[in-house]
Amino acid sequence: MIRVGIVGLGKMGLSHQAILGANPDVDLVGICDSNSYLLGILNKYTGVPTYTKLEQMLDEAGPQALVVATPSRFHASMVRAAIERNINVFCEKPFCLDAREGSDLAAEARRRGLVTQVGYHNRFVGSFAEVKRLVDAGAIGDITRVLAEAYGPVVLRPSGGTWRSKRSEGGGSLYDYAAHPINLVNWYLGAPSGAGGTALTKVFSGEIDDEVSSTLFFESGTTAQVSVSWSDDSVRKMTTRVTLWGTRGRIFADRQECQVYLRDGSPLLTSGTEQYRQGWNVKYTTELTAPVDFYLRGEEYSAELERFVDRCSNGEVEGVNSFDDAVITDQTIQTMIDDAQRGAQTRYGGDTDGDVAVRHSHTQPRRVPAIRRVVRRLARR
Amino acid sequence: MDRLLFGDNQFFGVNHMSEEKARAQQMQFQDTAAIMRVLDIAYAAGVRTFMCTTHERVAEVCDEARENPGRFPDLDFFPCMPYAHKYADAVTERGLVDALRRFLPSSGFVDAALRSTSSLAKKDIEGIATLLIDAEMKMFDGLRTPVIWLQNVVTDLLVGLGFDDALRIFSDHVREKYKAEPGFITMNLPLLLDHLDRAGVENPLVCANINKIGFRMSGGIAAYQAALEARPFRAVAMSVLASGAIPPAEALEWVCAQPNIESIVFGASSASHIQQIVSLVDSLWDTEATHRSGSTELRRNV
Repeated sequence: MIRVGIVGLGKMGLSHQAILGANPDVDLVGICDSNSYLLGILNKYTGVPTYTKLEQMLDEAGPQALVVATPSRFHASMVRAAIERNINVFCEKPFCLDAREGSDLAAEARRRGLVTQVGYHNRFVGSFAEVKRLVDAGAIGDITRVLAEAYGPVVLRPSGGTWRSKRSEGGGSLYDYAAHPINLVNWYLGAPSGAGGTALTKVFSGEIDDEVSSTLFFESGTTAQVSVSWSDDSVRKMTTRVTLWGTRGRIFADRQECQVYLRDGSPLLTSGTEQYRQGWNVKYTTELTAPVDFYLRGEEYSAELERFVDRCSNGEVEGVNSFDDAVITDQTIQTMIDDAQRGAQTRYGGDTDGDVAVRHSHTQPRRVPAIRRVVRRLARR
Repeated sequence: MDRLLFGDNQFFGVNHMSEEKARAQQMQFQDTAAIMRVLDIAYAAGVRTFMCTTHERVAEVCDEARENPGRFPDLDFFPCMPYAHKYADAVTERGLVDALRRFLPSSGFVDAALRSTSSLAKKDIEGIATLLIDAEMKMFDGLRTPVIWLQNVVTDLLVGLGFDDALRIFSDHVREKYKAEPGFITMNLPLLLDHLDRAGVENPLVCANINKIGFRMSGGIAAYQAALEARPFRAVAMSVLASGAIPPAEALEWVCAQPNIESIVFGASSASHIQQIVSLVDSLWDTEATHRSGSTELRRNV
C-alpha cells in the first residue's frame, strides 16, 4: 500500500484522483488545491482529507508519493518541496518552465534515489509504444525524417481567462499541445542537436501561441518537423500523430492505429518472430493496448499511474518518463523558443536575416521583404 | 426495453479504430438529413430505440421527430448525458466555476452556490446536478425518453472518486422528474455495481462493453461473466464488435450466448450493416430465448 497525495485538482488532478481512488494499492491521504469550493465537495462526499497548503499536506498527511497537477509555473517549487522531504513524485507535463531548474531537480531526485515520472501519457498508448519497439528494432532502417503533429479544438475565440492563456504561467500551444509530439520524438530519436525555422503563431490568442511549426535537427542527420495547432476544430478532440520515414520503410501512428510499410531489407522481415510482412501492415488499438484494472478516459492514464505506483512500491528509480526524460523535452522546447525569438530566415531575393526577431503574427508588423527593399533602392537611384 | 438499441457514435466521428474513418464519418454526416436517412433505414428494419448523446446535432434530430411525428411514430429516445467534450473544453478555456456558470441558468441560487466558499450543503450539489440534467434534457421536450443514461466518463469519474451520492442523485432525479429509468454507462462494470449497491440504487440498468475479446472490460472478462451470472442488475451490451475487431456473426453469437443481457447497442451507417445486425440478433436470440427466463417480459417493462 502506497500513501499518495495530490496537489492541483483541475481536469488532470481530478482524473488522477479517480484513477488512484480505484487502485487498491493506493491510500489517498490528502488532496490540495486553492479552490475551497471544490475541496469542500470532495471532502464531504468522498471523505478524503483536504488541504490548501502543500507543505502542510506533505508534513501532516505523510504521503510517500505526490502527484503534481497544478498549472505549470508551480511545478518546480512543488516538486522541490516533495523531493526535499524524500517523497516520490509524479508531475504533470510539461515538467518545468525553466529547463535548468528541471535538470537540477532531476539530479537531486536521482541522488536521493526517488522514483520520478512525468505525465507524458502517450508513451503508454499501445500504438505509440509499438512505434518505439519498431524503431529500436531498426524496422525501417535508418530514420531520415519525422513528422510529429497535434491538433485540437482548445482556443477557438479571442478570450480565455485561465493560466493556459498566459505565457508566464506556461500557457500556449507549445507547452500545452506541442510538448506531446515533441516528447514522442525525444523518445524515438533522443535529444536534438538544434532547432530551426521555429514559428510560434497566433490565431486567436493575444499573448500566446496557438500554432507551432519547427524543424528539429539530430546529429544522425535525421530531421523532425513539428506541426501543431490547438485552434483546429475540424478535429473532435486532441489528436496526436507521428510519421517516420526510413531507408527500409515508413511508420504512421496515432492513438488508434499503427500503419507500417516495410521495404525489402527490413530486419523485421527476416527475424522469424515478427508478424510483419513486406508492404503494408496495420495494427489497431484493440490488439496493441493492454487492459487496465480501472478505465476512465483512456487506458494510458490508468497505465501511467499503475506503473508509477508499482515503481514506488518496488523502489524502481529507472523507468519510462522519468524526470531525466522530461528534461530533454523541456530543453527541446526551450531551444525552440530561442529559435523562434531569433527568427532567422533566408529571405526571398537572397538576404539572410539572422539577428532580428521576426514573428509571423497577424498582430505584429512585418518587415519589408528584401526584394522590395532592393526595388526601392533601385528606384531611388 | 427493445433488445436492439441504435447508437449514434457513427454520426459524430467517434470511432475507436481509426481517426481517418472517424473523419470520413464526420463528413458523411455533416448534414442532419444524412443522419435522418440512416434513422429511416434503421426504423424500417424494426429498430425502435435511438440511444443518443446530448450532442447539439441530436437537437436537430429531435426537432425533426417533433415536427414530423409520422416519420418515427414509435421511436423512443434514450438520452446519454452529458456530452462531455462540451464541458471539458469549457473547463480548459474558462476554469471550473466559470464553465459551470456558462451551462447553468442564471439564478440567485446558482450564484449563491458558486460563490460559497465553505463546504456545500447536499441540497446545493443536488440543485446544481439537477439543473445540469434539466439543461441537457431540454432538447427532448415532448419526446418519449423512458431511459436516461449517465455517460461513462462521468459514471466512472464518480466511481473512482467514491462519490456514490451523486449516482443516487442522478437516479432519483431521473425517476422523479422524468418518470424514466436511470441507466449508467461504464467501462468498469463489476466495480460500478459495488458502488451502486452502496448508493442504494437497486437492480440498476447498466450499459458496458461486453465483447468476446474483452476490449475495454476493466476488471476482466471473467469478472464480467460472473457479474452477469450472479448479480442483480439489468445489462445492456455495447461495443459488442469491439470497434470492428470481431466479425459481426462471431461477435453476436458470443454475446447472445451470455446470460441475462437484455439489450445490445449497435451503431451502423449503411443499410446492409443495419439489416445484418438486426437479422443476426433476431435469429440468435430467438434460439436462446428458452433459457432466458422472463426476458421477453423484461424487454417491454420500461
